[in-house]
Amino acid sequence: MTTESPSKPAVKKIGMIQALNMALHEAMSKDERVIVLGEDVADPEEGGIVGVTKGLSTAYGDLRCRSTPISEQAIVGAAIGAAIVGMKPIAEIMLMNFTTVAMDMIVNHAAKLRFMSGGQTGVPLVIRTATGAGLSVGGQHADYYEAWFAHTPGIKVVMASTPADAYGLLLSAIDDPDPVIFVENTLLYFSQGEPPEPGKRVPLSVANVVKPGSDVSLVCYGSHVAPSLAAAGKLEAEGISVEVIDLRTISPWDRKTVLASVAKTGRAVITHEAVKPFGVGAEISSVIHEELFDKLKGPVQRVGAPYCPVPYSKPLEVAFMQGAEAIEAAVRKTLQARAAA
Amino acid sequence: MSSAPIPDRAILVDMYRKMTTIKQNDEKSRAIILSGKIPMVYYSPRGQECIPAAVSVNLTPEDNICTIYRGTHDMIAKGVPLKDLWAELAGRATGTCKGKGGPMHITHPASGVLVTTGIVGSSLPIANGVALASQIRGDKRVAVAYFGDAASNIGAFHEALNMAAVWKLPVIFVCQNNRYGEHTKYEKTTAAKQIADRGAAYSMPGVRVDGNDPVAMYNVAKTAIDRARAGEGPTLIEAMTFRFYGHVFGDADKYMDPGEKKAAMAADPVPRYRQWLIDNGHITAGELETMEKQIDAELTEAIEAAIDAPWPEVSELRKDVFAEEIAA
Repeated sequence: MTTESPSKPAVKKIGMIQALNMALHEAMSKDERVIVLGEDVADPEEGGIVGVTKGLSTAYGDLRCRSTPISEQAIVGAAIGAAIVGMKPIAEIMLMNFTTVAMDMIVNHAAKLRFMSGGQTGVPLVIRTATGAGLSVGGQHADYYEAWFAHTPGIKVVMASTPADAYGLLLSAIDDPDPVIFVENTLLYFSQGEPPEPGKRVPLSVANVVKPGSDVSLVCYGSHVAPSLAAAGKLEAEGISVEVIDLRTISPWDRKTVLASVAKTGRAVITHEAVKPFGVGAEISSVIHEELFDKLKGPVQRVGAPYCPVPYSKPLEVAFMQGAEAIEAAVRKTLQARAAA
Repeated sequence: MSSAPIPDRAILVDMYRKMTTIKQNDEKSRAIILSGKIPMVYYSPRGQECIPAAVSVNLTPEDNICTIYRGTHDMIAKGVPLKDLWAELAGRATGTCKGKGGPMHITHPASGVLVTTGIVGSSLPIANGVALASQIRGDKRVAVAYFGDAASNIGAFHEALNMAAVWKLPVIFVCQNNRYGEHTKYEKTTAAKQIADRGAAYSMPGVRVDGNDPVAMYNVAKTAIDRARAGEGPTLIEAMTFRFYGHVFGDADKYMDPGEKKAAMAADPVPRYRQWLIDNGHITAGELETMEKQIDAELTEAIEAAIDAPWPEVSELRKDVFAEEIAA
């Protein structure tokens, strides 16, 4: 990541997969209620397809880290059942598209059991799932559904952009008494970053102002944090000061930080990898308009993928994925509104 | 009545107490809906009383069940207090779920009712998880998943049976086969000659039993529960029964052969069992009358208390969405 200061002493960077694995070890070693369920998660099956769960079954036993049948409903259902009697399950749904197979369990049960029981049965469940375009896997292995889950009362949705955040957010998600969908980006698996401080939590629903600025507020998360910082860096050279806010938790999101920033800058862009129509950007943009209409210097802009399934062919996939250029253009658009006025 | 071993008198009487409570509760439910005093969506379990009664007398208070929208019989048999139940049916603040669940979502962990789902087939995967927790902890508890015949055609049933079998979970799958899924007859929707046969596909015992015969049902449930508790894995029980009042209360039953329904109602399991208890000297008619009057009084009191109970505060909308209250 680009956030480190050059004056800092050199620290050994760690990868995203390692950070997630460290968080799981930390949680399982400290609390025997924490269990892991999912396809291929145990060591005989190689500790997960990219190795996030490596070593867990060896360290904490086959009962606490168990490879499952390819049965997403049964995986999430088992995790819910165990959660309501006091375990703290982490269900791995290998890819976010596969959560669709378990939608009844997630939406009708995990999200609602606390409310429908009048608070008697909470579901302290974490669903770890990965997704993202860029690996040429076509239309059923790369979708982002955070808006669906954010639209379901009772579920929290988290996405980390750095290894240290992933570590701290995953620990907070495991600590949390409610169901959390923890979304990992497949390209970011191969990124490096500052190592986390052992045991240090990153609180949920608290955004991170990654780069302060005064002209435009740029709200992003997950895979769009790096291109947002790249765009902000380029604009900075032209004297345009962009405040970059990494939401970290999509729902419930940190309205306070975002609204305070936009109240200061008067301009906002929201960017995400998911398709733009009916996305998270639409909700945040609406809240900004509802709360800060008289402070806005121009209409809020959104960046998101075009309205089509994730394509396979490389040039199409490249065109589908919005990056620093699209974000930069959106920021410039908010400034044009000022110029016109 | 079955030729299977007859349980102790106390168990026989307890089963009758549960069955007659369920029957009377159903009669009062239908009457109160028609009176307009408590309007609610209602899936009558009348005719299926024996199944959860016979299962529940084999369970400890610490064992858990996951049931479905047609489930008041399962809840009552497991011991949900009638006052709390009725306040919930009425949507009142004093209900099991503070009025936030309603008839299709009764939850009462104190008596082991962990989930009531309105989604066909969804009790099974969650019961697996409850059983998984017991397996990890080694606490010797068992979990029961109740569901109907139509649920055996949904994916969740198959995923859950497979996982339970491969992990030898202490769970019992109790299918209450009332021969109709919503309005459609079993034969039109289900390729298996009998649901019990589906157990073999998952290498677990599949047992078909007359679910309206308390002694037979008791013995089948006991074997399955003992087996689960001993760590020997799950059992699929197909308990044959019939629902007397259609899918949802108010439906006209036009899809049903009137002869089939008439025959089932003529073989009403509750009075039949009552007579058997008397004929075999397990209890006297006088003792049963005393019990029935006492249950009637208890139900009347529960319903009256529910009607008089306060409605939940509107602020409840912000509570229990998450553990932490949502800011106003």
